Amino acid sequence: MIADNRLPEPYGRLIDRRRPIDFTFERRAYRGLAGDTIASALGANGEWLLSRSFKYRRPRGVLTMAGQDGNTLVQIGSEPNVLADLRPIAEGLAAEGQNYDGFLNQDRGRVVERLARFMPVGFYYKAFFKPKGAWKFWEPIIRNRAGLGKVDVHAHHGYFDKQYLFADVAVIGGGPAGMSAALQAASSGAEIVLIDDMPELGGSLGYARFESQGVRGAAVASRLRRRLAGHKNVTVLSNCTCTGLYGDNWLAAVAGQRLYKIRAKSVVVATGSLEQPAVFRHNDLPGIMMGSAAQRLIHLYGVKPGRKAVVLTANADGYGVALDLDDAGVEVEAVVDMREAPVATIMTRSVANRRIRVLAGHTISEAIENRHGEHLAAVLVNRIVGEGRYERGATIVGCDLVCMSVGYTPAGQLLHHAGARFAYDEATHMFQPAELPAGVLASGSVNGAYDLDAVLAEGIRAGWLAARDAGMPVTGSEPVASYDSGARDLTHPWPIFPHKKGKDFIDFDEDLQVKDLVNAIADGYDDIELLKRYSTVGMGPSQGRHSGVAAVRVLAKETGRPVSALGVTTQRPPYRPVKFGHLGGRGFEPVRYTAMHHRHIELGGRMMLAGLWLRPAYYGVPADRDKAILEEVLAVRRNVGLIDVSTLGGLDVRGPDAAELLNRLYTFAYAKQPVGRSRYVLMTDQSGVITDDGVACRFHDQHFYVTATTGGVDAVYRHMLFWNAQWRLDVDVANVTAAYAGVNLAGPKSRAVLSRLCSDVDLSAEAFPYMGVRQGTVAGIPARLLRVGFVGELGYEIHVPASQGEALWDAIMAVGALEDIRPFGVEAQRVLRLEKGHIIIGQDTDGLTHPLEAGMGWAIAKNKPFFIGGRSIEIQGSKALTRKLVGFIVDDKSAPVPDECHLVIHRGEIVGRVTSAVRSPTLDATVGLAYVAPAQATPDTQFEIKVAGGRMIRGRVISPPFYDPDNKRQAM
Amino acid sequence: MPFGLLKYGLSRKHPVERHFPLPTELKPAYDVVIIGAGGHGLAAAYYLAAYHDITNVCVIDKGYLAGGNTARNTAIIRSNYLTPDGVRFYEESLALYRTLSEELDFNILYSERGHFTLAHTDAALRTSRWRAEVNKHMGVDSELIYPDDIHRLCPSLNLSHDVRYPILGALYHPPGAIARHDAVAWGYARAATRRGVEIHTNTEVIGIHEENGRVTAVETTKGVVRCGLAMQAVAGSSGRVAKLAGFRLPIKTIPLQACVSLPLKPFLDQIVVSGSLHIYISQTPRGELVMGGSTDPYGLYSSRSTLDFKEGLLGHMLELFPFLGDVHVARQWAGMADMTPDFSPIMGLTPLDNYYIDSGWGTWGFKATPVCGRRMAELIATGRVPDILYPFRLERFAEFAQVGEKGAASVGH
Repeated sequence: MIADNRLPEPYGRLIDRRRPIDFTFERRAYRGLAGDTIASALGANGEWLLSRSFKYRRPRGVLTMAGQDGNTLVQIGSEPNVLADLRPIAEGLAAEGQNYDGFLNQDRGRVVERLARFMPVGFYYKAFFKPKGAWKFWEPIIRNRAGLGKVDVHAHHGYFDKQYLFADVAVIGGGPAGMSAALQAASSGAEIVLIDDMPELGGSLGYARFESQGVRGAAVASRLRRRLAGHKNVTVLSNCTCTGLYGDNWLAAVAGQRLYKIRAKSVVVATGSLEQPAVFRHNDLPGIMMGSAAQRLIHLYGVKPGRKAVVLTANADGYGVALDLDDAGVEVEAVVDMREAPVATIMTRSVANRRIRVLAGHTISEAIENRHGEHLAAVLVNRIVGEGRYERGATIVGCDLVCMSVGYTPAGQLLHHAGARFAYDEATHMFQPAELPAGVLASGSVNGAYDLDAVLAEGIRAGWLAARDAGMPVTGSEPVASYDSGARDLTHPWPIFPHKKGKDFIDFDEDLQVKDLVNAIADGYDDIELLKRYSTVGMGPSQGRHSGVAAVRVLAKETGRPVSALGVTTQRPPYRPVKFGHLGGRGFEPVRYTAMHHRHIELGGRMMLAGLWLRPAYYGVPADRDKAILEEVLAVRRNVGLIDVSTLGGLDVRGPDAAELLNRLYTFAYAKQPVGRSRYVLMTDQSGVITDDGVACRFHDQHFYVTATTGGVDAVYRHMLFWNAQWRLDVDVANVTAAYAGVNLAGPKSRAVLSRLCSDVDLSAEAFPYMGVRQGTVAGIPARLLRVGFVGELGYEIHVPASQGEALWDAIMAVGALEDIRPFGVEAQRVLRLEKGHIIIGQDTDGLTHPLEAGMGWAIAKNKPFFIGGRSIEIQGSKALTRKLVGFIVDDKSAPVPDECHLVIHRGEIVGRVTSAVRSPTLDATVGLAYVAPAQATPDTQFEIKVAGGRMIRGRVISPPFYDPDNKRQAM
Repeated sequence: MPFGLLKYGLSRKHPVERHFPLPTELKPAYDVVIIGAGGHGLAAAYYLAAYHDITNVCVIDKGYLAGGNTARNTAIIRSNYLTPDGVRFYEESLALYRTLSEELDFNILYSERGHFTLAHTDAALRTSRWRAEVNKHMGVDSELIYPDDIHRLCPSLNLSHDVRYPILGALYHPPGAIARHDAVAWGYARAATRRGVEIHTNTEVIGIHEENGRVTAVETTKGVVRCGLAMQAVAGSSGRVAKLAGFRLPIKTIPLQACVSLPLKPFLDQIVVSGSLHIYISQTPRGELVMGGSTDPYGLYSSRSTLDFKEGLLGHMLELFPFLGDVHVARQWAGMADMTPDFSPIMGLTPLDNYYIDSGWGTWGFKATPVCGRRMAELIATGRVPDILYPFRLERFAEFAQVGEKGAASVGH
């Protein structure tokens, strides 16, 4: 049925009647107006069925019209779980309902509702697992029924971004409390950010009825908006939802595709309150909504929420709803007031004057669905005789709309996030903030003020305090809100009327009926947190907004304790569901390129990750990977090669205590290290475990250039800063990793190449021996030169300012061409270093390796008083080793090369593992490093390695280095 | 329709079978006092009662039943650890989990989903192979697999090379499972109390009385109870309770956060973990995605959650599953992780003769609930440390005999 429920002007303050918009829902075409949400546009067309419920697949429609419930979750293309009462329509938008089989209005899956009585609360804990194996049958069936929206695994990653904002005072909520707080705080000169989730500021002023004429709200709103517009220091974020209030007033807010991250000196939470449903049989039918939802439809969207209405109320606001409905041409069949003797107000008198039937002391006991089973058709009204009890004889009232106005609860989620404590107030039957953290204020109905004058005064008070808390100059003393809060007689203490046939829903998200909670409590889950976890009350999409208080009331009644003794479950962020895309943003993952990166690409380098860096693994096409690596290895062994070592960590340690700092942080001795020499550095933690290594180059009595591993340098740097501060040494430490580019020019002809580019350093073996370090110029670039031997050949590491890295590379490659120089990558370097028996920290060591078992006792200084880990290593030295890192060769040339981490097995037990292994082209044999049992660690001992497929091969211990055991080549 | 549910549908009144008895007064003395009514404490109480006939047992907790880390963990169960000691221990736990629903007569919704630990770097590949080799040698189903197989088994994962951290391989552990975490604790509590064990919640321990190196009584906010012996199982507060008993633990307590999405129709069958990206994800039987990462960067006793955690987590999640951009986070929370230097738990004897400890559960406590309960009960009943617990003794730190599980536990949920 396509009906026209659109009301004439001036209804519909958010819609633009000149701009029709076409969209589809469930593949049917509809026309709405700019400013409509999906739900309001469908309502205007007489469509109220939006989705199917989680468990019983019951029809669901508008409940709050404020994005506060799970009833309106729809699917838009690949976007699941969209709030149809918040999402604006757009031209061509195609929305669908969720969680049904067949058609939304004829869901085959609803058959499950008939089985409801066989599914008591917690039923899955009680069944499906007997006999043995039964669960394997039931589990997929249950799993396949789960979920609401659908993901499309082929959907594209949309664009999302983030923005930082800063404020003296952040005000959340643009209703009367928030606006007056913002105005008051702004008058102190504070920078204000005012966040509101609707298109227009005003909150309840835009739809609620504050007096019988229904004109005051709009008048107050336009006055406040006008005054706010006059403040340049107020930034208003409309259509923006504050989703979290984190530590130190760090706020998350979402608008469109953007996540705002806001730091505020103080925060005013003016998020208002949430109208609460009444509980009766079939209280979830489409057509049954909050009174405020009907008012939002009428005033914000110009949509008539129904034709014939019953207002179920327990306060004066319900009478305002009745007046609004009557004004909008909805026939109000009755106002059913749960109060025995409603207090007479201007509103009640107006209702009486319009001859609307009022049934005091009554409730709705049951709603009856229409013949299609998808909308409200009538209600049964009974006389209340006690708490939750009514007389049998019911009056049937035909209607297609029920408006529930039976009470409120504060929308205190953000206050919960901030650590506020809430307490139950017996006088108003509502929870109220009882304790707020410093710098966070609550204002308006979230803080228990409901009367409009009280709300405005509350806002001024909160704004004044927030400005003061933000350190702004404020005048006068703290304003006192002396009005009556108007919170009494608003919220019914027991708007719950259980029905013997059930379907009296407390939690719409989870399809939980009164008896489900009662039975859960009877099962022993009588703490509010246990009740939540066992029954799942409050765990659905709306996170207990409409079920939390009712659940506490039921628990109180069942256990005979007061509500105030029970408390509510903690509300956790986010306030409203936030997309992964918002949180992930654009995904800025840093990638670090060395200065020579583009040269590697030009040369065909295959790049691999090394920490945050990219390094060439080898040069060539993947098909020829092994050949390329072999040629690179041979080039270094026979001729000359060049590798980019810029990613290696570099730390400049300067000051009178530089040597002392190294002495305490590394295992070796550095006090007497001569200037112009480098020395190995090995770092251990307090338990003696190896954490990093490198070399310390002494360029001056008070200056060391210390290298660290690519992946470890940041931690080493932090470690140095930490201990330097602890020990108060006179040292400066600078992480110069990215400031320097470096290469290792290695191979028998490296001296010949370098001598063509460097004339101010005597490169002869006598003047610049192995382990020497020099400063000079290479190709006209100031450089640090290090003679090191990682690959086991004559070689020079050349470190230059990063800006000159590419020039250095080009110059070496140019003159190197005469010697047939070849660039080599990480893979070749791994082979070369392993042939030399050098270990790689993190590969040949693990989270427990100490220097003695790694065969690095030689790197431990014996005669210094202290270094970190020294005491632990001393203790370990007094104990028998449990494993030992050894070099090995595989004598059987036909045996496969073990992979790294293949296990060493001794008599069926794991005693160690291979950490590195390679088919050495130079040695024409498989060599490697492995942890073995101490008894197996002597040279020529054979041990067993379990390789791929469980095959056992034999390794034989030999002492590294495997290549050039006398270390003559690197010392040439 | 399972037969067991008929009685609910056919009876007019809900058959009342209280799972736990109504609270009673604390007695002046018990044979055994267990501090901490989480999964571990309740499991220990159950095995004491069911297998050792020790029923004069009281389990005390400062909060509600199983409301600590048992309520907050992300319910992943696996045994693909790195050390033989670790693998043996967690494998026994898996074996107990498989039959736990029948054992407790309570469906814990144990669900084998298959567990992937993705490797994005050479180093991660090496660790994966190490774990796979150790696992296989110990008889645990575990294999290093490469992108073709990963795609076949979990087609929705983004295996493109055009990302910051391409997936190079994965440790695949088919028995990896999830279960309803609360149900495990409730099942143990129900079975234990049926055998006479008492549970006293909202009862905080504020002191531990000691004489001649022995515990004599536990002082609570509801009075002093004498005890023959006591055990603490208070993950997240281990250091604080041990301090009451007069000794220190090598534990640093760090918040660990997690979050959950709105419900979605099932699309992700497996548990996917990435150590390099510090994230993991699985989909529950309700259709929610449960996600988490490694611990926070600093130690703190606070369960307040942060925005930074979610941003980092979901940024990385979108690398693995780019199509989840429009999916929503519904809720986030935090628990307290007692981190040990070697990423293994501390169980067994303490400096006090009759005081036993079950601690250091970092981010790996839930999966060990049954084995820990069973073996701690054995220790309490016999006074002898079971072989399977011995490697995890407190003295191992002084003896430099750590059980290094960092490679398998830092984000190894």
